[in-house]
Parts: sequence; C-alpha cells; structure tokens
Amino acid sequence: MTSLPSARGPKRLGLVIDLDTCVGCHACATNCKEWNTSGHSAPLTDLNAYQAEQRGVWFNRVFTFEAGGQGENARTVHFPKNCLHCEFPDCVTVCPTGASYKRAEDGIVLVDADKCIGCKLCSWACSYGAREYDEDAGVMKKCTLCIDKIYNEKLPEADRVPACVATCPAKARHFGDFNDPESKVSRLTRERGGYDLMPETGYQPTSKYLPPRPGKRTAGASLPREEGGRDSAGKFLRWVDAVLSR
Amino acid sequence: MRHEPAIDLSPDVHDEVKYTTCYMCACRCGIKVHLKDGMVRYIEGNPNHPINKGVLCGKGSSGIMQHYSPARLKKPLKRVGPRGEAKFEEIEWEEALQIATKWLGNIRATDPRKLAFFTGRDQSQSLTGWWATQYGTPNFAAHGGFCSVNMAAAGLYTIGGSFWEFGEPDWDRARYFMIFGVAEDHDSNPIKTGMGKLKANGAKIVSVNPIRTGYSAIADEWVGIRPGTDGLFVMALIHELLHADKIDTDYLVRYTNLGWLVIDAPGTAEHGLFARDKEGNPLSYDKAGKKLADARLPDIAPALVGRYKLADRRVAVPAFQLLAERYMDERYSPDAVAATCGIDAGDIRRLAAELAHAAFQETIELDVEWTDWAGRKHDKIIGRPVAMHAMRGISAHTNGFHTCRAIHTLQVLLGSVECPGGFRFKPPFPKPIPPAQKPAGKTYAPNTPLGGAPLGFVNGPEDLLLEEDGTPVRIDKAFSWDAPISAHGLMHMVITNAWKGDPYPIDTLFMYMANMSWNSTMNTKGVMEMLTDIDHETGAYKIPHIIYSDAYFSEMVAYADLILPDTTYLERWDCISLLDRPICEADGPADAIRQPVVEPDRDVRAFQTVLIDLGARLGLPGMTNEDGTAKYPGGYPDYIANHERAPGIGPLAGWRGKDGTEQGRGAPNPDQLQAYIEHECFWHHELKPSERFYKFANRDYLDFAQRMGFIGHAEQIVLQIYSEPLQKFKLAAEGHGDIQPPDDMRERIRTAFDPLPVWYKPYEEEMVDTTEFPLHALTQRPMIMYHSWGSQNAWLRQILGRNKLYISTVKAAELGIADGDWVRVTSHNGSIKVQAKTMEGVNPDTVWTWNAIGKRSGSWNLAPDAPEAKKGFLLNHLISELLPPGGKRRITNSDPVTGQAAWFDLMVRVEKCEAGDEVSEPQFPEIGRLPGMEPGPDIVRFNAGGGKKK
Repeated sequence: MTSLPSARGPKRLGLVIDLDTCVGCHACATNCKEWNTSGHSAPLTDLNAYQAEQRGVWFNRVFTFEAGGQGENARTVHFPKNCLHCEFPDCVTVCPTGASYKRAEDGIVLVDADKCIGCKLCSWACSYGAREYDEDAGVMKKCTLCIDKIYNEKLPEADRVPACVATCPAKARHFGDFNDPESKVSRLTRERGGYDLMPETGYQPTSKYLPPRPGKRTAGASLPREEGGRDSAGKFLRWVDAVLSR
Repeated sequence: MRHEPAIDLSPDVHDEVKYTTCYMCACRCGIKVHLKDGMVRYIEGNPNHPINKGVLCGKGSSGIMQHYSPARLKKPLKRVGPRGEAKFEEIEWEEALQIATKWLGNIRATDPRKLAFFTGRDQSQSLTGWWATQYGTPNFAAHGGFCSVNMAAAGLYTIGGSFWEFGEPDWDRARYFMIFGVAEDHDSNPIKTGMGKLKANGAKIVSVNPIRTGYSAIADEWVGIRPGTDGLFVMALIHELLHADKIDTDYLVRYTNLGWLVIDAPGTAEHGLFARDKEGNPLSYDKAGKKLADARLPDIAPALVGRYKLADRRVAVPAFQLLAERYMDERYSPDAVAATCGIDAGDIRRLAAELAHAAFQETIELDVEWTDWAGRKHDKIIGRPVAMHAMRGISAHTNGFHTCRAIHTLQVLLGSVECPGGFRFKPPFPKPIPPAQKPAGKTYAPNTPLGGAPLGFVNGPEDLLLEEDGTPVRIDKAFSWDAPISAHGLMHMVITNAWKGDPYPIDTLFMYMANMSWNSTMNTKGVMEMLTDIDHETGAYKIPHIIYSDAYFSEMVAYADLILPDTTYLERWDCISLLDRPICEADGPADAIRQPVVEPDRDVRAFQTVLIDLGARLGLPGMTNEDGTAKYPGGYPDYIANHERAPGIGPLAGWRGKDGTEQGRGAPNPDQLQAYIEHECFWHHELKPSERFYKFANRDYLDFAQRMGFIGHAEQIVLQIYSEPLQKFKLAAEGHGDIQPPDDMRERIRTAFDPLPVWYKPYEEEMVDTTEFPLHALTQRPMIMYHSWGSQNAWLRQILGRNKLYISTVKAAELGIADGDWVRVTSHNGSIKVQAKTMEGVNPDTVWTWNAIGKRSGSWNLAPDAPEAKKGFLLNHLISELLPPGGKRRITNSDPVTGQAAWFDLMVRVEKCEAGDEVSEPQFPEIGRLPGMEPGPDIVRFNAGGGKKK
C-alpha cells in the first residue's frame, strides 16, 4: 500500500469548474487529449480508432444529462469530469506498488508508469471514475493537471496553465492554489458556493464545482397598456403630437 | 513506502511554433501549431487573435486527428467503374488537369452555362466566384443557399449587416441577450466566450429553441418554442412594446426609414412605394417646417403617423404607421399566438416587459464624443443593452427570411442596433441596403467572361435573371420567380434540376467540399439515383461529367468521374478576406491567412491553386497574361498577394503598398504574406472610440469605411425596416410592370413579398396532412462536429459515434414508445428506422437528432460496421428538395424570398417498430476502399516526438 505525503508543501493545486457556464463543447476534453497524448503519460491510446467499439484514454470527459424534474423544470447539465486531486485519495493508498502517489509540494496525484502493474485497484477506489486504464500499455493513466505544462520553463509564463483551462471558450474552468485565500479559485469557491463532489467519500477533493446560478425571471411582469393608443379612426394618438428631430 | 519519482517538468514541447487559421468549422479562429520532429504536437488558440483570443473549441482542439486522418485522399483519381461504386484508378496530376481542361474548355467554347460550379463549405468564395465570372458561367454558388442565406439576406435588406459574420452582440455590455435557433453553430468560440461574459456580468440570457441543448442549457430561461413559429412570437413581443409605447422613437426617426412616406394608392403601380421628390429623394412630412421634405435631411422632424397629401394630390402615410397598424392588431397579441407558438401568453408578456426594462431602465451612457453623419457633435453614446443573435433554427424554414426581418425589427424598435450593449456591426458592414452588387448573368456567351459576379442583390423584378420567355437563366433557378432574392444561390437544387434538364441539361458539375450524395443534400436516396441515372438515348449519365475536389473520402467521392485531392487545412495557403466572408469584430476590421505548417506527404494540391492553374490552362482573362502565360504561376499564394479586384484593393487588407505600410487600399506588396506570418497570420485594425458605434450614421466611421473601400459613398445608411424592393415584387405579383410572375406563382409572391415582416405557416406544414405527419423533425449541430468532417475524427467519434432520435417523454408515452425502442419515422418523402431516446428538454411537438453523424458504410475509411453506418442515420432521406405535390408543378422546398433550403419545415410521424437486427435504415451498398488507401489503424498511439511516427 502507498502512503500519502507526511508533510504537505505550500500549495494545493486544483480546478474550479463552473456548471453555470459550461455549454458542453468538449474543448477541455479534446485539448487535454492533444496535450497529454504527447505529454507526461503519452500516449493516450485509442482503440478501434476507426472501427466499431471505438474507445480510448481520456483524462477529461464531459457528461450530459437532465436533472431536476420534468419538462421545463428539468435542467440540461453538462458535467465535465476529471481527477479532483483529492487530499486523502484512496486511489493512492490502495496502490500496492507505490505507482500512484500524491506530490507533497502541490498535491497533484500522479501515476509512475514504471511501477504500475495495471492491477486497477486504484480505479476501483476512485469514486469519481477519474482513472483511465490504457489497455494497450497495460498501465493506469490519469489527469496530471498538465504537470509538464504548468511548471514548464520552456513555455511563456502565461501558457503555464492546464490545457483544459487555457482552451475553455466559456471560461468555465479555473486553475490555481486553494491554499492561497486570494487566488481566483479560492475566491470563486467562496463567492459562488463552490462545493465538493460527493463529500461523503471523505477524500476531500481539491477541485471544486460551482453550482448553476438560479435563472432570472421577473415573476408576473408585463407592460402597462397605454390606453387610447389607437382611436376609432385608426390614428395613433400618442405619436401624433410627438416632434422628434432627425 | 513513499518516494516521488523524478519527473521532467520542463520537457521540450516543440521544435517550432507556427501560426495559422483553424478550419475545423467556419469560425476561423487563430491558432498556434506546435511542431515536434515534423509532426503536429499541439494546437492551441492564439491569445492575440481577435476572434478567439486564445481559446479553442472541442473541434479545433481535435485538428491533429483531422490532419492525420486515414480518410485523406492521396492522389488524383479517375473513375473506371460505374458511378457510385468508388472504382477508380490513380492518375498523375497532369492527366487530371488535362481531362478537366478538355471538358471545361469544350463547354466554355460552346455554352458556358453547361458548367455548374458549386463550392460547398468553401472559405475562398471571392476567388471561386471570380473564377466563375472569368469563365463566363452564371451557374456558381457556394453552400449559403442551404445554410443561412435567410439570415444574410434578411439582414442585408433590413439593417445593412447580419448576424454572425456581419455583426455581433456587444458581449461586454449587454444586459439582456436573446438567442434564437442556435444549437452551436456560428460562430462557435465567440458565442461561448460571450455567454460566459454575460453570465459573469449578471446579464440575463433567453434561449428560444425547441431543444434544450448547448447554449439553451445554460440560458437563464429556455423558451421551448414550436418550430417555425418564432416570427409570430417576435411579432407578439413587438405588439406588447407598441401598446406600451416602449420603443425608441428618437432612434427610429434618426436611423430608420419608418418616418418615410409610403404612397397609399391601392390598385396602382406605385402603391406601397416611397413617395419621392423629382430628384428621387424619399419624402417625410416635416412637423417642424409643416411641409414635405427630403426624408434624409438632418434636423427635420418626420411625422411617424398621419396621412399627408403629396404634390400630385395622392395620399401617403409614414411607414411607422403601417408597422404600428399591423402589429398592434389583436391577431399578434400574446393570447392570440400562444397556442400556435407553444408558449404561455403570460411568459410572452413577461419577456416583453423584461426587454423593455433592459432597454429603457438599464440604459448605458458612454462619455465618448462622436460626430453624426450630418456633422453634429454628440458628447455621449447611448446604449440600449439588449442584444440578439439568431441562426439556423430561424434560417431553415420557408418563413425564415421574414422571421429574421422580424427579429431585426424588434431590435431596431428597441433602439438596440449598433449601440453599446446591443447588436453591433463588424466592419466592412454596414453596407448600403441592399448592397449595390447585382447578380450578373443576363447575358452570357461562349469564351466570354460574365459581366460581373454571379451572385448579388436584386432591387426589383427588373434585376431577375430570366430569359426572354421567362425561364430561369441559372441551373438552380436562383434570381427567378422561384426565389427572387436568392443571394447565395440554391446549391440544394442543382443536381435535381440538372438531372431533369430543367431549365436545361448541363455537361459538367464541378464541386468542392460539398457532400451532395449524403448529408449536404435533401432527399439523399433520390439524389444518389439522379447522379447515376443514364440517359437511354445517349447511354451517358444524365449529368455527363462530375469533377469533385475534397481532402477526404466523403460519400460524394464515389459519384465523381474525376477527383482532385485537396490538402488538409494545415498544409495550405488561404486568405480570410474582407472581399469574402470576413472575420472582423465590432471594434475593427480584420483578415487573416493560412500558411502551410506541414508539407503534404501525399500527391495532393490545394484546390485554389488547382483552380488558378485550370484558369490559366483555359486562358481565362484574369488568370493569363497577354502573351498567354499564367498570371499567377505561384498558385494561390501568388494570387493572394498580387491580385487586385479594384485598383489598390486585393484579397488582403494588411501591409499593402510596395513597402507594406498601407492598409485597405494600396499597391500589391510582394512580401505581404511574409508580413502576415510575422504578425501571427492576421491583420486587425482597431477603430477609434469615436468610430465604434452608430456606424451607419457616424461621420468618422463612414469616412474611414469609404477610404478602406468598404462603401462607395460616405453617406448615412438608413435602416430599411419597410422594404421597398419587397414591395416592388409584390406589385409585380398584383399585375403591375413589365416583368410579372407566372399566374401560378402570383399568390405565393404576393404573400411572401411583404414590405413589413409577415408570418405564415411553414409550407410543408401547410401542405401535408398534419394528422398523418403531426410532428416537427429537426437536427441540431453537436458542439464537437462540423458536418461530416467531424464525425470521422478518431477522437470526436468517441464522443459521439452514433445518433438517436430524441423525443419528449410526454409524447413518447403518448405514442407507446419507451427509451431505447426502435421507431419508424415517416415523412411525405420517405421513411427511416432509427433508435429513440426520450428527454425532457424538447418541445412536445418536436423530434430531433444530431446533424451529419450517420455515414454510408465504407465511406470515410471507417470500418463498414462502424456505428456511424449501422446505428447512425440522416434525416435527409425524409426531406424533399421539392414541396409536396399540389399546384401546377413542384417548386423548391425553400424560402420563397431567398431560396434558403427549408430543412426544418420537415413534418413526420413516429411509430414504434420491431428492433430486428438493430440496424438503422435505409442502408446502402458498402463503398469499397479507394486505390492506395490503407485501412485505418486499430490502435492509435499518437505521440508526436515520442519516436513512434504514424
């Protein structure tokens, strides 16, 4: 079994995902795929790529479902799902070889492919289904929070954010340090009621979801009808006297 | 045990980064392409690009798989078996070009109309249209006729711009945003980013769409309208606003023609036209001077209501009064329209109140000085922060033109067009209304260029392209009585008309990027039969020659005689030109290029370069020098840099002039493309703050636009809510003038050519028995696919590899259909068998599916049993390109004004059926693999620079 870091470093990196703004475009999923298929855990293998039963390794998947009732009361939800880099992840502690580990410095959960024996215990332990088994390579893979991008000194500083965050057209994804109360992710979590996915697991996920905002409707509003707007001769009295200059 | 392995946090990402422009949809975002060991490593958005500002959608981020697709064509092909069976032999380019030159040369020397040149999802229409002009055929169009011509034409005939490419919501300032009929399409990233901004700013978003997916899912309010009734809904909003006097009358008299006088002389040839003075100037009644005056003068006070005597004693009324009389009538009240639209009347009243509140209680004032068209200075810019956007769901109906005009009318009544927080034009728009260019083709002759561009804007019956006996000049019958204002042509009619020989047979159909034997056509099965049908007298195909250019093994490839393989978007030069479909934004014009970021590894050539080569071989005037040599021997990039459409005006506006210091106008710059490459492949000019709003009446902007060549004269562009060109067609239908419609078309023209927006029931719904076909059937474009290109992409097909028919839970229960049942869907044109899925977020009278997922077995180099072929399906089989039988002849299933294909008028019935083998129907014989094409790999271990080259 694998232990978690005994002393945690200064940072707790993670994502804020805004369910109010996500339109379900899958940009996070495919941009993640293109970065990571040639990245730290390369490749993100695709099986039956051009055949039936096509499937592959993705670190980020968007699920769409309806929730909340029937007809107009229901809501269509686009739910992007990836590793939440939990503070107490069972997926690490169940690992028999030490392949799965949580970095002390920033809390990112990674897999050391050299040690992974492909036993899949971690994927059973992860309640979020965030682990991705590469059938071809026989090892487990998962979101790295783009560790080879966010610290990459060969990239301009502005580009050192996870691919899914950089590319999100609706700006529904944010990246930062939850240990810094003034970071954007901490602030959004505070202000928008960011929540843990399935807190009952006790894993204490680092990344948070922002709930949909309530829709805006001015209940019962209607416009007053200007009486005498139209007389019996079909004239439009209120506009007759108006002198409007070009 | 625990220790952290050493990992490389700063690996080399690339050997090189090249900038270019995305082509994974029509949005045309700026991209940065990272290259490693000669392979594409990573594609990301360019943060400096005006369209996407660094973001990239799910499609754009899958460009690697598009580029390395095993469905790419590799070499020119010549058909050696029967059409439709994909039996080809590979040939050299020289042979391919000689064959094409021979066919095209013969036609040009005899009857150039016998070439029909139609270029699908072409992003180089200013080249392809010009090529058709030089060749001399009127038979040119791209795919606009089956895409969104209703939006373009309604906008250009009303406000001088249109949704998407010619205008955009003011995402930063809008407080209230209404989006009509948009699932995901056009434009992709700006809408997503804009909606994110609106949400962050606390603005309200209302989505009007029968289906709650994509943008509708995150709207504050979803209005699940019944398809084809949006126009009526909008007129009810107008009804409410007029009755409450919540309209911006100051705006109307300054910027619109609603203060112009309309002649009221029923039965005469001038009824409904504008009253004009001797010089032809439109007249208003000036309440200040108490007399008739040139309506375009500043400082007059035009009456909005009343009846006024003209000099010739006829009576005229302001256009506003006609508008108010129409929409204040009780037949447009919320209560009257609620049942038809499927929207609660109280909700309509509330939405009108919310619109009025946003426009008039949340008014924006920008402290920016500007000068109006008449030279008067203003110290503030007033904004009515209501913005709107509309696209396919409005466009694809036979009443779409008027519905779009109704939306523009609503925007204008609120004073929210081209102001802060409203809908803003993107230069080079607004343009004069309608734009000045008329369609050419009244005369055509062998070996002679056409008198102008084949597509344009008609002002009245005199501009139609009709032969002396009244038959249409064009093969698609554009600019005929079938579709007088068909500014983008009718690509969806070409094959049917050519097969019938109506109005005449053709010799060669030359197409580019248009999957016309599958998802880009109506009546797919019928069209496949037309493409293979033989004339028994001659033994030849009824459409004798088909030349097709595409980068991929699409379903259409099997039906061509000669294939000219195109490059991928990462291998080509292109220009995103102001002369074409621009990528500008409201704060300034922009254009862009594509540059090859990787070299082709196959024997393929960019279509545009091939077209210019063919032009030189044919000796077309614009493409050859006087000595007969090729004018652009360097192909498309040579043309982009050196071609001049008018003196000083070429495909690209940036870095013009010999030394590259001019913009807009200037001599060709031989180093222009290099300058673009040095500037991340785009040019963008930012307008001064004083030029950014009220562009149609802004002195500084109008002067700028004239200098740039966007408009001919720096005069105010008066918004044409009352449309005189439409009235001219109506008068013709009522028996006035020399050019009149045939008798069986009079009623249709009279109804559809109303000078103010009208609503009528979509034609198919009107014509079929709705007890037999009670449900509307639609498609939505998935966020991750751009028509059939996306659904072959190894990554994207994992996200959506098959489609189902979505039906409301309530309706399904009524019909005894359970989630997952197989159902038969039947229209007046055909029947399909598909799997159903129930959902809540769909109008109960509507069923729908994702667009262009179904594929023909064997096509696109997918395995023949791929789910796209065996489970996926198209609605296209159900949609006829012709209206249901009834009347003297079957007319195109299109908007009667513009010829816009009416995809969404489809009516069906849905019945549970046996699941059987759980394969969708119809199925067609499998298409065999092309010569030289390897099957797609089972396992893709893509790792650029990882030593495992594909």
